[in-house]
Amino acid sequence: MKLPRLSSFFKGMNLTVFTFVMIFLYIPILILIIFSFNDARIITSWKGFTFKYYAQLWENAAIKEAFWNTMLIAILSTVISTLLGLITALGLENKRLKGRRGFMGLLYAPLVIPDILMGVSLALLFNFLRVNTGMVTVLIAHITFCVSYAVIVIQSRLEDFDYSLIEAAMDLGAKPRTTFFKVKLPLIMPGVIAAALLSFTLSIDDFIITFFTSGRGFDTLPIYVEGTIRRGTITTINSLSTLMIGFTLFLVVFTKRIRKSLISFF
Amino acid sequence: MEEIRIQNISKDFDGFLAVDGVDLTIRSGELFSFLGPSGCGKTTLLRMIAGFETPQRGNIFIGDEDITDLPPYKRPVNTIFQNYSLFPHMTVWDNVAFGLKIRKVPLPEIQSRVSEMLQLVKMEDQSAKYPAQMSGGQKQRVAIARALINKPKVLLLDEPLAALDLKLRQHMLIELMNIHDAVGITFIYVTHDQGEAMSISDRVAVMDKGKVVQAGPPDDIYERPASIFSAYFIGETNLITGQVIGIEDEYIQLRCNMGDGEFFEIDSTFHFRPEVGQQLTVSLRPEKIAISRNKPRIQDDINVLKGSIEDILYLGSHTQYIVTVGKLKFRVFSQHKRVYFDDTALDWDEEVWLFWHDTDSWLIDEMPDEAAYASESMVHPPRFGKREQSRNIAEEQ
Repeated sequence: MKLPRLSSFFKGMNLTVFTFVMIFLYIPILILIIFSFNDARIITSWKGFTFKYYAQLWENAAIKEAFWNTMLIAILSTVISTLLGLITALGLENKRLKGRRGFMGLLYAPLVIPDILMGVSLALLFNFLRVNTGMVTVLIAHITFCVSYAVIVIQSRLEDFDYSLIEAAMDLGAKPRTTFFKVKLPLIMPGVIAAALLSFTLSIDDFIITFFTSGRGFDTLPIYVEGTIRRGTITTINSLSTLMIGFTLFLVVFTKRIRKSLISFF
Repeated sequence: MEEIRIQNISKDFDGFLAVDGVDLTIRSGELFSFLGPSGCGKTTLLRMIAGFETPQRGNIFIGDEDITDLPPYKRPVNTIFQNYSLFPHMTVWDNVAFGLKIRKVPLPEIQSRVSEMLQLVKMEDQSAKYPAQMSGGQKQRVAIARALINKPKVLLLDEPLAALDLKLRQHMLIELMNIHDAVGITFIYVTHDQGEAMSISDRVAVMDKGKVVQAGPPDDIYERPASIFSAYFIGETNLITGQVIGIEDEYIQLRCNMGDGEFFEIDSTFHFRPEVGQQLTVSLRPEKIAISRNKPRIQDDINVLKGSIEDILYLGSHTQYIVTVGKLKFRVFSQHKRVYFDDTALDWDEEVWLFWHDTDSWLIDEMPDEAAYASESMVHPPRFGKREQSRNIAEEQ
């Protein structure tokens, strides 16, 4: 009986690989969380437990500002790019639309173009147009890359849409407008919400493109973190990162619930 | 309630003529079927009545109102879709109430009408369920309730039973007839299943290649097919071609080629006046032919043929014999396998006699288009291979 032995070998391998992956993924995060409570200026040694850096975080006006900037940009770019994405996806549904393929190619491009290229080209454009970089340019940049993702997510939802439902609604007396809001929109809502969540995450997370389009005086959290680390004060960053991890975990755990309640809301 | 008049309707899909100059009048309260093979234009015709397609030519009236150019939501018509098309994000109750909510009917009235409808389709205890939690038959009932609650003048049914299994289909067919009797509105039923159409309909329109070939009550279409297509599509039949060699007061004589140079003569009553020398087709239903081991004693041996059994298909309720006469193959249905006093069944390769009454055949003033039907060997019953094979077919049926 060679087969069971082989399979037990693979089982062992699987477990080993799994363990290593988990170690490489989560040990750094765990260290970061532990050291955010470390009462020392340097990271290398443990000097005792403290909430000091969380307090510092609370008192730090620059961090607060960066946080609100991030939120503002994330919320605005999410709302705008999801709406634009919805409209675009609905428009692209018409298979007879001239230049549909070309347009879809253009939409997919930002997914494969490296961020740094996007960032540099946007910076050049804003410079060329003599636009002062700041909140507005960051917002425009974020919408630019979020729209592509939003369109693709919503489109995939539209692809399995059963068009006889539209006919059924019209047959039962619903005008096109009512049909859209009572039947089509509720049914593609999961896609719309997924697109919104994705846009939100992408926007909060983005560093490179924001870096090239923000200019001086408008920092988002990733930009602020990078700047602070560059200046060498890592301690508040540890606590900030821990909070962000907590927030992300919260989102992940409650995504399902949020989506469900959002769907039922609509 | 008013009748539906379809006047000279044509619909072209990028050069494919799906419906070709159809004229029909569907009486008020009738259960009317469009019957035909796939691609015959029956669904397109239905969709034009529903308003999902616009005809290039012709008009559709409901009563005196021309509805040809009305959008679907302004027509006094509701549809049962083939895949039910229930709204998956709504409960049964919400699905049924949809049409009334759209029309802003006051809530108390919606509630009473929804429960009335759910009662009609026997779904009153399922109103909180979602479509995904229901079986095909249940979805079907909800779809019927959702359509009928709007009190349409016409209910359109697009192959409503196609997705159900056989037993449920038979059950729902009876239920549909009961519902039709209960609500009393016009039903237009689209199907490719001749059994469904025959059993449920007051009248049937047989369609082929975008045209209505024949319209009438089911028995009329079965007993008196107007064309080779309706004879062939409805039920099964033997089509015998021959030349008129004599006309008497009540019957004509036909001379038919057996395919091997030999000829036989048959007599048939007629419903139109053929000419001597004319080529004709005779439709002879398999159940109208009697089969016997002994030569029947019939005066002048009219409509008596000798053949041999090539195949026997035992089908439970009846047995189908394939009998070769010359090179022709006759399909014969006999209700019992054993019909003889000596209690022995007919066997393969046995010499038998076929006979029928001259009023049981039906003349069709048309010659079969060999090219069109060659693959289906319509002129002669289909050729089966080995006996084992035919047994397999019988089992599958």
